[in-house]
Amino acid sequence: MAASPRIIVVGGGLAGLSSVIKIAEAGGTVYLFSIVPVKRSNSVCAQGGINAAKDLKGEGDSVLKHFDDTVYGGDFLANQTPVKNMTAQGPAIIDLLDRMGVPFNRTPEGLLDFRRFGGTLYQRTAFAGATTGQQLLYALDEQVRRHESEGKVTKYEGWEFLSAVLDDNGVCRGIVAMNLRTMETRTFPADAIIICTGGNGAIFGKSTNSVVCTGSAQSALYQQGAFYANGEFIQVHPTAIPGEDKLRLMSESARGEGGRVWVPRDRNDKRVARSIPEADRYYFLEERYPKYGNLVPRDIATREIFKIVYEDNMGIDGQPMVYLDLTHLPKERLHKLEGILEIYEKFVGDDPREVPMKIFPGVHYTMGGLWVDFNQQTNIPGVFAAGEADYSIHGANRLGANSLLYCIYGGFVAGPQALNYAKALKPATGDGGHAAELQRQNEKNKQLTSSSGTENPFKIWRELGETMTKHATIVRYNAGLDEADAKIVELLHRYKNINLSDKSQWANTSFAFTRQLYNMLELGRVIVRGARLRDESRGAHYKPEFPNRNDEQFLKTTKAAFVDGAPSITYEDVDTSHIKPRPRVYSST
Amino acid sequence: MPRTIKVEIKRQSNPDAPVVTEKFEIPYRPNMNITSLLGEIACNPITADGKTTAPIAYDSNCLEEICGSCAMLINGKARMACSALVDKLQAGNPDEPITLAPLSKFPVVRDLSVDRSVLFQNLKAVKAWVPIDGTYDLGAAPRQFPQIQEERYPLSNCISCTICMEVCPQFNDSTNFVGAATIAQVKLFNMDPAGSVLKEERLRALAGDGGVQECGFAQNCVEACPKQLPLTEAISDVTREVIVQQVKDFFTR
Repeated sequence: MAASPRIIVVGGGLAGLSSVIKIAEAGGTVYLFSIVPVKRSNSVCAQGGINAAKDLKGEGDSVLKHFDDTVYGGDFLANQTPVKNMTAQGPAIIDLLDRMGVPFNRTPEGLLDFRRFGGTLYQRTAFAGATTGQQLLYALDEQVRRHESEGKVTKYEGWEFLSAVLDDNGVCRGIVAMNLRTMETRTFPADAIIICTGGNGAIFGKSTNSVVCTGSAQSALYQQGAFYANGEFIQVHPTAIPGEDKLRLMSESARGEGGRVWVPRDRNDKRVARSIPEADRYYFLEERYPKYGNLVPRDIATREIFKIVYEDNMGIDGQPMVYLDLTHLPKERLHKLEGILEIYEKFVGDDPREVPMKIFPGVHYTMGGLWVDFNQQTNIPGVFAAGEADYSIHGANRLGANSLLYCIYGGFVAGPQALNYAKALKPATGDGGHAAELQRQNEKNKQLTSSSGTENPFKIWRELGETMTKHATIVRYNAGLDEADAKIVELLHRYKNINLSDKSQWANTSFAFTRQLYNMLELGRVIVRGARLRDESRGAHYKPEFPNRNDEQFLKTTKAAFVDGAPSITYEDVDTSHIKPRPRVYSST
Repeated sequence: MPRTIKVEIKRQSNPDAPVVTEKFEIPYRPNMNITSLLGEIACNPITADGKTTAPIAYDSNCLEEICGSCAMLINGKARMACSALVDKLQAGNPDEPITLAPLSKFPVVRDLSVDRSVLFQNLKAVKAWVPIDGTYDLGAAPRQFPQIQEERYPLSNCISCTICMEVCPQFNDSTNFVGAATIAQVKLFNMDPAGSVLKEERLRALAGDGGVQECGFAQNCVEACPKQLPLTEAISDVTREVIVQQVKDFFTR
């Protein structure tokens, strides 16, 4: 037994910080690694809110209803036991965040206010304006800063995880990380590590994610033997602002507060949006889904917008865009959305209080991720994962505002579990594999700096993003997926001929990016391969050639293993011990 | 010939290297922002006079002005690169070059990337947190009227971009001034029902050298803040409380 277990947490978003706090509280020694200062992590981008069935609106909401909505919303692909546990913890997590000082919106009586979100009929989402992720991240960041000042946490900000150190028995003994200023690569010993490195939107080129969301750490572990589960399940958010460098999210809370999605009924209608009378507007979500209206789950809203544009040719001015209209909302409702209204105003130049926003779906969330057991441990002993980086909870489609809850819940489970594991860990023999792993990583670095090819890594990335977006997002065809896989194999080949335009050994961002790029390519194959083999439609995974859910064959978790340099797919049964799978239909009245 | 965007970038390959300016011409596309310009240079790192160079180092992450990473000097003005739109910067004179430089009050790491960790140190010094007993379930927090939330939320929107410090004439080596962002956080945590237990400690931390007294009320901070924090109001409020605390301490300690 290690005297004082050392735990390394990789990633300083909500899941990472939650793990850190639990370990610090329990007296463990914790080292927090993050590419960016943790306060700048991608969790700040979350806008709309966090779910918990506190039932403060007298609607008869309950934890079990939240559980059912989540499992049903995820098209029954999630293992149910962790979902049940998470939803049960929801109310306590909200109370805790409130105690930490999160400026949640309030009712006149001073209680927490809740709004409605997609895939539920209850007002279950607590929120701080329209910047809830930012506010939650700050609250956890502050708590970690407090533990840091008391010497319980050591931060390594500006260090990037490269790989896990595994001993002869395949047990994790630490990590290799690279200092992004000095470019020094070194190993750090640990008795357990927790991977909280978020999603992989960058594989799609443009997404709503932050620059660091490459999936690089998850991919590195997959290449070291970790299973990557449900890779093909990628959430495309229905409402994003198309942009030159990224797709900026327009929160579901815009619809939660009453925003309406529409297009002109006549595709040749050239009138200014606000001058088009009600009768000439097609509120297609409300007409097609009378009960849930604009708040159908994201996969459904996204497909409907896609169909309106590409099948019905009804996009605004023939462009791939539809209106998200808030102009009818009263001032006090708009006030609760200030954060996102500012984003639209700043980046588009129109005032969404006066002019309906023009939006289109954008890649948003990674439902798949590292395979973990119910204690958040991957199949590599000592490697745990939590948050968007793992595959649990969301199944085939994530419900809005469940991500923030899960990140915190996942961290709260992973932290103590990692600590327990570490306490029982037998010491490594020899150096635990540190020297060998460091050498492997240094050799990779040397290959890159000595490569004198002609391929620009940023251009390879663009091509990856284009092929992934074209073939592996809203609508998927087997022929297209085969094409995408062949393209990635080609890009992997071209990667060998890479030309680093910057070979310096100081704050070399393109060097770090080029390393991430390789991992993005390998993980891209996992996504495409999983999608190719899943001949059904479920949640976010939609194949017109196989339009129905096929429980007999595919009510299963996809598990990708890295075998002989390629993804090898197997399937595992899903835990359906609490709710019997039933058809997922949101169109009834 | 298709239109290009002229960009002049102040560069430094490491903290000890000489400062040089490199010029670039980027093919124009509508709706570009500064971060997408820098992305174009990474794809094709060649200067206007045809010299191959290294991609520009700069900090960025969310690209939607919420993570606080990409602050820099754009045409001499401290602002976030992601929300600086080329079409607006060049409105009226599309041939005028856009100039980019690192923030001037922080140590340069490389090119446009600077070290702003001083702000996080300051936040530690003023204990910008609520000292909760623990993360176990202790039930609901005290009720809080919406008016309090309305006052706290804007202060909690600070993205730690340090622009308020960059533009402050008092933020320099001779004053050691903590800057507006830290003072605003003191107000935020002192307003929280449970956070206020550390109120006196926070006020004392801002009482001495580098504290609120260094503020010269130039008001640059409140004008430059990309998130429109009520910074000058926070500074006045906290200054008043610091003085009251000092008087109290004078008689009781």
